[in-house]
Amino acid sequence: MTKPTLATIWLDGCSGCHMSFLDMDERLFDIAERADIVYSPLIDVKAYPEHVDFCLVEGAVSSEDDLRKILHVRQRTGTLISFGDCAVTANVPAMRNPIGVQPLLDRAYIENVTINPGIPVSVVPKLLAMARPVHRVVKVDVYLPGCPPSADLIYQSLVDLLAGRTPDTHGARFGR
Amino acid sequence: MSESSATTSARPRRRVVNLPAHVGPTRASAYVCEAVSCLSMQSHDVLLGLGERVAAAGLTDVEVKRVGCLGLCAAGPLVQIPETGELFAHVVPDNLGGIVEALAAAVPGGERVPEAPFFSRQLRIVTENSGRIDPESLEDYVASGGYQALRTVLSTMTPAEVRDEIARSGLRGRGGAGYPTGLKWNTVAKAIGSPKYVICNADEGDPGAFMDRSVLESDPYRVLEGMAIAAYAVGASIGYVYCRAEYPLAVSRLHKAIQAAGRSNYLGASMLDTEFSFEVDIRQGAGAFVCGEETALIASLEGGRGTPRTRPPYPAVAGLWHQPTLINNVETFANVAPIIRKGGSWFAGLGTATSKGTKVFALAGRVVNTGLIEVPMGTTLREIVFDIGGGIVDGRAFKAVQTGGPSGGCIPSEFLDMGVDYESLIGVGSFMGSGGMIVMDETSCMVDVARYFMDFCREESCGKCVPCRVGTTQLFMLLERITTGEATMDDLAQMERLGHMVQRTSLCGLGQGAPNPIFSTLRYFRDEYVAHIVDRVCPAGVCSIEPAPVST
Amino acid sequence: MTTVHTLRIDGADVAASDGQSILAVATENGIDIPTMCHLDGLSDTASCRLCLVEVAGSNKLTPACTTLVTEGMDITTTSEQLTEYRRTITEMLFLERNHICAICVANNHCELQDLAEKLQIDHFELPVINPSVGIDASHPLFAIDHNRCIMCQRCVRVCAEIEGAFTWGVMGSGIAERVVTDMGTPWGESPTCTSCGKCVQVCPTGALFENGRSIAEGSKAQRPFLPFLKRLGEGLEQT
Ligand SMILES: Cc1cc2nc3c(=O)[nH]c(=O)nc-3n(C[C@H](O)[C@H](O)[C@H](O)COP(=O)(O)O)c2cc1C
Ligand code: SF4
Ligand code: SF4
Ligand code: SF4
Ligand code: FES
Repeated sequence: MTKPTLATIWLDGCSGCHMSFLDMDERLFDIAERADIVYSPLIDVKAYPEHVDFCLVEGAVSSEDDLRKILHVRQRTGTLISFGDCAVTANVPAMRNPIGVQPLLDRAYIENVTINPGIPVSVVPKLLAMARPVHRVVKVDVYLPGCPPSADLIYQSLVDLLAGRTPDTHGARFGR
Repeated sequence: MSESSATTSARPRRRVVNLPAHVGPTRASAYVCEAVSCLSMQSHDVLLGLGERVAAAGLTDVEVKRVGCLGLCAAGPLVQIPETGELFAHVVPDNLGGIVEALAAAVPGGERVPEAPFFSRQLRIVTENSGRIDPESLEDYVASGGYQALRTVLSTMTPAEVRDEIARSGLRGRGGAGYPTGLKWNTVAKAIGSPKYVICNADEGDPGAFMDRSVLESDPYRVLEGMAIAAYAVGASIGYVYCRAEYPLAVSRLHKAIQAAGRSNYLGASMLDTEFSFEVDIRQGAGAFVCGEETALIASLEGGRGTPRTRPPYPAVAGLWHQPTLINNVETFANVAPIIRKGGSWFAGLGTATSKGTKVFALAGRVVNTGLIEVPMGTTLREIVFDIGGGIVDGRAFKAVQTGGPSGGCIPSEFLDMGVDYESLIGVGSFMGSGGMIVMDETSCMVDVARYFMDFCREESCGKCVPCRVGTTQLFMLLERITTGEATMDDLAQMERLGHMVQRTSLCGLGQGAPNPIFSTLRYFRDEYVAHIVDRVCPAGVCSIEPAPVST
Repeated sequence: MTTVHTLRIDGADVAASDGQSILAVATENGIDIPTMCHLDGLSDTASCRLCLVEVAGSNKLTPACTTLVTEGMDITTTSEQLTEYRRTITEMLFLERNHICAICVANNHCELQDLAEKLQIDHFELPVINPSVGIDASHPLFAIDHNRCIMCQRCVRVCAEIEGAFTWGVMGSGIAERVVTDMGTPWGESPTCTSCGKCVQVCPTGALFENGRSIAEGSKAQRPFLPFLKRLGEGLEQT
């Protein structure tokens, strides 16, 4: 029997959730036993496969790039997991929502800058009007709140998911 | 020339009008409406002009007088010749010839109601004096039977007998919920505590409602008389009228009435030479809708923030300053004197099995005749909209009538033959409320209507309790999503769930009633919601929906 | 001379004395009803609506914190429907302002977080409001971050009912309602604030805090002024 496939992606987040993923330490071997990790910022694969069974999504949907990625990933993924507070609530990235995109960029790139003030137009992806939780953009199947979710929660949830069970997220909490 | 000197002597006193002192018996009269709506259209100039013209024409047996609301407000300024029933609409001060001619030709024949169904289908109890007496004249009020009831009560009835009479009449509160008035009076009478208070709720904050304002502007003594009778019946000695500050004319007429009544011993210490004393004062509210809710009103009267509190205890037991307090609506009090005068059984003979007497409605929207009407409970919507209201403007099709204001609902055409009373309205998912009635035709979008009322509730929510404070904003956001074509069917389902939650968990009637416009429009016009969401079109063409984005 | 009542809570017979609230009796009997605006020792406002319970014979929900027990009452404190309502209220409290637990002074010591955890809320479905609200850091010892305020008004009540300073009040209405010091005077310029810190101690969230100190460091751990005054304040009026 082939193992289920697992991917992780990184949108607008600080990568803390991925750090917590690594904090599973030796249990990572166990996860690797139970699933094939096919795509992740932690491994060197360039393209998201045609179909992935489980995908952990870190980060809010903040830019046009994030939006493109999540739409693409949603199409190719069985079970999509909002991974950490930024994915679940938009968290820190959402701090800009009450301010608005233009005032935010002005403040960051013009008002507080002395050398070559100017708003970047290339390379940096364009911001959406709002930083939004993943489930406001595409359907999400499982939520793992926490900033970051603890390695224990990640491990237990993955074990449950990979075994075809609904994970028991009891004790999960926003923040930490 | 005595008449012209009377006219000139009246002229410098612009506001205090004392128009042509006619001599001898009156053959004909011109009643000029000076309620706020006609006043805003220069009816005062009409009054002065008519006085001059009548005097100039030498019509010494014609009386020109200021009266309260004549009902057909949208056609103002209004002038009526009661002796012939003729009604002049849209009167302009510099074209009064027709009226003067009619006055000259008028043949006395007792008071006549104009024959148009707008008037003939009405039954006037609360508004019996509106448009007939000078609202600033105590003499006029007394001459039309005013204060008979109070006299009877104070000289021949015990408080318990008064309460029995009110209970027998079947009168129910006109402030919205229709609580039996007799029962409330009994509770206050039996509650322990002294002093007790009587409060007249004249906050009237529903958008489009002006029944209470009109009663206060047209017949303020009637409300004071009702309050005094109530005070006697429940053992209260102090009364307040809580009136919104946006009603300056009502406040000023009430103020004058309180002073005049006090001077003539209809208020104050030892009223009408009995041992009974009752003082009334006016308090003005800043116009928050929620301050019409009785516990919020009391908090505001006490000088605090006007926010509701949980009941029990009810104001009847612990109200103003924690004392037993009777709080009734303006129209409720306005029904009291006629009930005493004509008997509870007379009143109980009018209306339907559960709702007695009449109800005043502010008829508005897409009907030909808009204005203030009073009809017996049980009058059908069809009679109101098509006979009294004269049908839909431009001959369009009737779509719905909204009653009950922001806590009410929209009633579709299949219920046009339903008689209107407290229960029937609730049965079809609406609410009596204070008496606003907005008629809609096919140019109204029902989702937009729901959005409008939710916007109102969200603005007026006091913010105290979580479900209403946050829920009305979220319901509004969902409705906005629908009217802009951004919603999904999941949003619709969420809106219904959220609506039920807000309805069941909010602290006061504002939050509990806020989702009602959504529910009633969903009940009868769900297809319009679906059209906005699925087909991205507004069937009535009201909402502007952007073409569908290219799906990704 | 107190009258004793017998009543049922969640199917169990319990005894209560006259004048006790449903909430007090439930708590005495180890039955947990979620609350937020209630705090033992302060008057009750019944404004958060978390403690709503079902009472047999009434089709309305009843706030446990302000409803006094009566003989023979039959109370249900938890049902699928009640839990659903409590989850929605909690979600509303998060969504009406801006709660970013990860960077909040109250992180992990917050009654709102606790509530979400207890009710197993792992994401929010309702529309997000994201209002633009401010911080008042003008006071030398304390600050208020309105982003975290849930309008429970505990601060308003403790300031009036226990400290007697009446510094805190409420301004605005509906979703724009805010707690304010002295009708909107910056806290640091308040002529009435005694800097007693009671408001900070009773605040359930990270809205009120001591400058330079996280709540984890214990600034909200102790409320010694409350139980003492609760005894004195038997019969505090409802507001
Ligand atoms: C949000 C809200 C607004 C209200 N506004 C009014 C009002 O403007 N006038 C009024 O008489 N009653 C109003 N009421 C009803 C009052 O709380 C109260 O029931 C009424 O004044 C009692 O008088 P009644 O028994 O004569 O109807 C309102 C209730 C709610 C919940
Ligand atoms: S339901 Fe609305 S208006 Fe009534 S108390 Fe609650 S927040 Fe205030
Ligand atoms: S107040 Fe509580 S819920 Fe809000 S951000 Fe802070 S820790 Fe989170
Ligand atoms: S500042 Fe704290 S105590 Fe005061 S209302 Fe807000 S959350 Fe409640
Ligand atoms: S604790 Fe009872 S309503 Fe808040």
